[in-house]
Amino acid sequence: MTDKPLTKNIKGDKPADLAAYEANGGYVAVRESIGKKSSSDLLDMVKDSNLRGRGGAGFPTGMKWSFVPMEKTEGHKYLVCNADEMEPGTFKDRVIMEKDPHQLIEGMILSAYTIDADIGYIFIRAEYHAAAKALHEAINAAKEKGYLGENILGTGYNFDLHVHSSAGRYICGEETALLNSLEGKRANPRAKPPFPQVSGLWGRPTIVNNVETLCNITHIVANGADWFKSLGLGEDSGTKLFGVSGRVKTPGCWELPMGTPIREILENHAGGMADGYELKGFLPGGASTDFLLPEHLDLAMDYDVIMKAGSRMGTGTMIIMDDKVCPVATVRNIIEFFARESCGFCTPCREGLPWIHKILDSIENGRGEPQDIDILNRQAGFLGAIGHTNCALAPGAIEPLASAMKYFGDEFNQHIEEKQCPYSAKNGAN
Amino acid sequence: MGPISMAKITVDGRTFEVDDSDNLLEALLGLGEDLPYFCWHPEMGSLGSCRQCAVVQYQNEDDERGRVVMSCMTPVTDGAIISVQGEKASDFRKSNIESVMLNHPHDCPVCEEGGECHLQDMTVMSGHKDRQYKYQKTTFNNQDLGPFIGHEMNRCITCYRCVRFYRDYSGGDDLAAFGSRGRVFFGRAEDGVLENEFAGNLVEMCPTGVFTDKTLSAHYTRKWDLQSAPAICTSCSLGCNITVSERYGEVRRVHNRYNSEVNGYFLCDRGRFGAGYVNSDDRIPYCGIRNANGVYEATPADDALSHLKTLLNDAKSVIGIGSPRSSLEANFALQTLVGEDNFYSGLSGSEAEIASLQLQVLNSDIKTPSLAEVEDCDAVLILGEDTTNHAPRLALSIRQAVRNEAIDLAKEARIPLWQDAAVRKLAQDARSPLFILTSSEDRLDGVGTGIRLSSEDIALAGINIANGIDGTVEGGADIQPIVEALTNASKPLIVTGSSSASPDVVSAAVKIATALTKRNAKTGLLICTDEANTLAAVKLTEKPFPATGADVAIILENDLSMRVAGSTLDDWLAQVTNLVVIDSLDNNVSSRSSVVLPAATFAEAEGTYINNEGRAQRSFGAFKPKGDIAPAWDWLLRICHGQDLLTDVKHIDDLLDAIASAHKDLAGAVDAAPNAAFRVHGQKISRMTHRSSGRTAIVADVTLHEPKQPEDNNSALSYSMEGTNQGAPGGMKAYTWAPGWNSNQSISKFQHEMSGSAGEGTRGVKLFTGSSVQLAATEISPDGNSNGIRIVPNWHIFGSDELSNRCEAIHSLAPSPYALLSPGTAGKLGVQAGDALKLAAGDAPSLAVMLDDSIAEGCVICPVLEETRAYLHLQAVGDRLLIKDESWTPPAGDENIISSDRSS
Repeated sequence: MTDKPLTKNIKGDKPADLAAYEANGGYVAVRESIGKKSSSDLLDMVKDSNLRGRGGAGFPTGMKWSFVPMEKTEGHKYLVCNADEMEPGTFKDRVIMEKDPHQLIEGMILSAYTIDADIGYIFIRAEYHAAAKALHEAINAAKEKGYLGENILGTGYNFDLHVHSSAGRYICGEETALLNSLEGKRANPRAKPPFPQVSGLWGRPTIVNNVETLCNITHIVANGADWFKSLGLGEDSGTKLFGVSGRVKTPGCWELPMGTPIREILENHAGGMADGYELKGFLPGGASTDFLLPEHLDLAMDYDVIMKAGSRMGTGTMIIMDDKVCPVATVRNIIEFFARESCGFCTPCREGLPWIHKILDSIENGRGEPQDIDILNRQAGFLGAIGHTNCALAPGAIEPLASAMKYFGDEFNQHIEEKQCPYSAKNGAN
Repeated sequence: MGPISMAKITVDGRTFEVDDSDNLLEALLGLGEDLPYFCWHPEMGSLGSCRQCAVVQYQNEDDERGRVVMSCMTPVTDGAIISVQGEKASDFRKSNIESVMLNHPHDCPVCEEGGECHLQDMTVMSGHKDRQYKYQKTTFNNQDLGPFIGHEMNRCITCYRCVRFYRDYSGGDDLAAFGSRGRVFFGRAEDGVLENEFAGNLVEMCPTGVFTDKTLSAHYTRKWDLQSAPAICTSCSLGCNITVSERYGEVRRVHNRYNSEVNGYFLCDRGRFGAGYVNSDDRIPYCGIRNANGVYEATPADDALSHLKTLLNDAKSVIGIGSPRSSLEANFALQTLVGEDNFYSGLSGSEAEIASLQLQVLNSDIKTPSLAEVEDCDAVLILGEDTTNHAPRLALSIRQAVRNEAIDLAKEARIPLWQDAAVRKLAQDARSPLFILTSSEDRLDGVGTGIRLSSEDIALAGINIANGIDGTVEGGADIQPIVEALTNASKPLIVTGSSSASPDVVSAAVKIATALTKRNAKTGLLICTDEANTLAAVKLTEKPFPATGADVAIILENDLSMRVAGSTLDDWLAQVTNLVVIDSLDNNVSSRSSVVLPAATFAEAEGTYINNEGRAQRSFGAFKPKGDIAPAWDWLLRICHGQDLLTDVKHIDDLLDAIASAHKDLAGAVDAAPNAAFRVHGQKISRMTHRSSGRTAIVADVTLHEPKQPEDNNSALSYSMEGTNQGAPGGMKAYTWAPGWNSNQSISKFQHEMSGSAGEGTRGVKLFTGSSVQLAATEISPDGNSNGIRIVPNWHIFGSDELSNRCEAIHSLAPSPYALLSPGTAGKLGVQAGDALKLAAGDAPSLAVMLDDSIAEGCVICPVLEETRAYLHLQAVGDRLLIKDESWTPPAGDENIISSDRSS
């Protein structure tokens, strides 16, 4: 048994084909489970494994599945894979889909079987052409071999799997906006309750899970919950695809145990800061998480540990901010992204993010006024809490802003007082 | 609906009992709280997009922080602890309204909505006044949406109400939300007339001035300067409640007036935009007597009346022809004047027959539902009735009825019904059964099963369905699903009416309802007639039209040329020595009269109308008409006095008492509204707002002395801002207003339960309360004419109604005469596309031939228009001819002949 289940097949540039995947233990879990184990056995296994969603929110997967009504009714149930990886700085799902598509397909077959879904969709980011191609080929191969489609391996279980390429909106990564988009409707997040488990795609029970989450199911079913739990170093189970981007020596994506200390990821795997740059702060799990500081480097990458430090582990892919980068400009760029990707449904997000962007832009360009800081603080409070807005986009967008103002507030004031960006003054350009 | 279960909630320290099926916003508004909102609508439920109705909810008594929740998205739960006025909640709402207003242009001084703008009200209520936003605002392009509705997108606050109403509620698909983020655009894919027949409601649905009433803008007046009255729409048989508003002697606009049992919050576009005829140049301004040169001379009222007195005294025979669009009072006064034997209803033959059947139904054990009750029905069969064009508001109710399946699914999934988007998502395309048996395409086809048959075949199918329900005959494969849907439903509904001018179709519908009622007492049958007061006319007499002329014939508000075909009318008129017309607009009969009396329109007169469910409702005029113009009943009363009739009757209330003593089953009409003596704390009910400005300046260019306001002795309303509005019972309010609530949303301040009836006052009086009497079976044996060709009248919401068609905006959307038929039928008649057919020899109109495969074989679909209507109503098939018009040339240009084509 490997301690790197998610990346064990990833070698070279080409996706692992069906033969290679099977040769390395692939589809054994499907062969041994479909029609042989009950869905409640599998559900118990997932619950016991303590797997938490790898899309960013960290919700316990087994609990999420347990809300799906299991009594037999007419009509479909759906399993949807959220492969709309658009979080800035995040590129982990892409690695799996491009290099080991069968791992996702097997995970989806097992997950669908557990919740008794008969149709699956992989909702994939528009720009992921290589991944979509690899998935299409893998689905065809799996179908030919009887792993997908009608009467899987002669067990009587049916599961059809489709790839749907997104039209390219960040909000489609929100699970209910994703469902609306999949239905051909505006990608506005739905109000919850009702949750998708009860009324999801086309009003039917639906589970939406992240790529990495679904891949983990393959290994939990194959190797058991205890094995999975033993992989984590701390509170959380399993391994995780961690990533680092920014001015480090070797940016990239690695599979490491849950609870790996940030310092180890940054220094051992990303090779430490590039020469001539110092670490100023970092976003631990993508653009929509709060900044952390060098003082947080010894924290373990576990959901609750990072939460206690005031941020979120999110997707586990860090963005490093060095000492030559202006934090105001950084946050402005992030907010510009989120203002552009707002769906326009609810007032605080639709109106607030563009306003914040305009204020940050004027501060960065030396046109800021002292009262702008009050407005930013007030808007951060107004948009920043879950429940104030219809979905988590605006609260996520506020996390880097609010934390930057907390940790780098002096630099915001400096911009206003000096009527220019100190970094551009130093560097000539930023 | 099950019994209401109550929950105790604590609001800012006070405890209340509220309905636990509500959301918090509904409960709090019901308690009289001033809680601002935009996207929620009492009829369309919650969305959660505007975030304005935020309150703070505490987990328990020890929770001191609480959590901001959207009250519209939060169910009432027993023991809930809420803060509405606390700082946390009001700070959130203040920040939110600041965001809502961020890109709003603040153009209130030049905005039509100003003064009755929900956004203005909510901005003030939420406490936002100082702007901190100093950047450029978002701007949009506006579109030309047709003759009714203006578009000013810069004012939009993105509440999504317009698209929710237009698409989700009324089934339109040419208005949508485009774009995303801070650039969401609400409009059409390209400029063009909004296709939906209920688009006008956008004017009231929009909380600000994005969608405005173009017909008001053409001669704009602020709400506070309007003089208004509670009136009844006269453009179809449904009797929707409206507020009609005037300034300087002109009708300016019509707004919806909430009646929980009839129209609720919505009107059709004909009702809303069709009152402009009141201001028409064709109004008859004075009494007139035709002189020796054959020209009308204006005559003082007294002279005209004494001339009439002489005519009547000298006449050996007098005939009175009533009107299905005039008031009950006027019809009764005319009947009293000429005597029962000489009084005719003035209906077309087929409508008279259908209305008589309707009266029998109203007096039987078959239930006639209100529009609100229609929305509760879980299986609907439409038999030969074009609801959208003939009784439009009913089509909107049927659209809601088919959602009962969705409501059942939501209840099963325990999704609260106010969670509108969730209910729709859950149900997707699941609908309660709706079958539409008509001769041509129907607007409701998209939400039901359209079946195209000729009128004869519809009647035959109806008989088969009735037999299938009775179990006497096994229905065919095409009939069986209908039989099953109706028998399985808990509240089945049959809709029929006079739009196809076929009494056989209506008889068949009665047969189905009779069979169903035996199995299920909750069966409903709704029969729609052509006019607002058809039932009143037919209640007074079943005789539609006289066979012979008379020395004096008095015609009350009736353009007979639309009901009696050319040659028949000509023959009759030739036998009349003195033709007296009482009407408001010049028409094809007044132009041939010798005495004319100027009648007030509905906007200037009080009167009682009996709608198609037998509901008597009183309509009040907004203003005193010019000069000698007077209500038709008033003219007739004065003529009666000249004949020593009704001498005790001075006012409309006396007239209603006389009606009540003469017709026991019309007695309820007296109670349709409070009488003229009614006062609220000693005050009359004001037609003008208390802010009415400039009244004293109206004649300032002539005299500085303000003239005395006219007095109203016929109603409890005053032509003044003096009196009360707020204290008036709902059905008597001249306009809706409450402190802090200047828009039509103020209606919620008078409802203890949102969309409920409380505080409404009268909703009219149902006159015919039914009985246990089962209708005797009538024999129907429909048969076509010898060549199997049948003319089917095709109603058009814009163009088929006599009076509204005299408004420019409505008329611009009316079709030109056409004949729509299948290629096979065209072959039988020897015509092809590009030819024309004439309805009869002589002056009868020509119809441009258009071919359509979907039309039932043997049917020739013809539009109901001023010039065609009389021919389409003719009963005897032999009277009608369809002959090729050899002299016809198609009109120049490529104008659409059918208005519904304008989009395609």
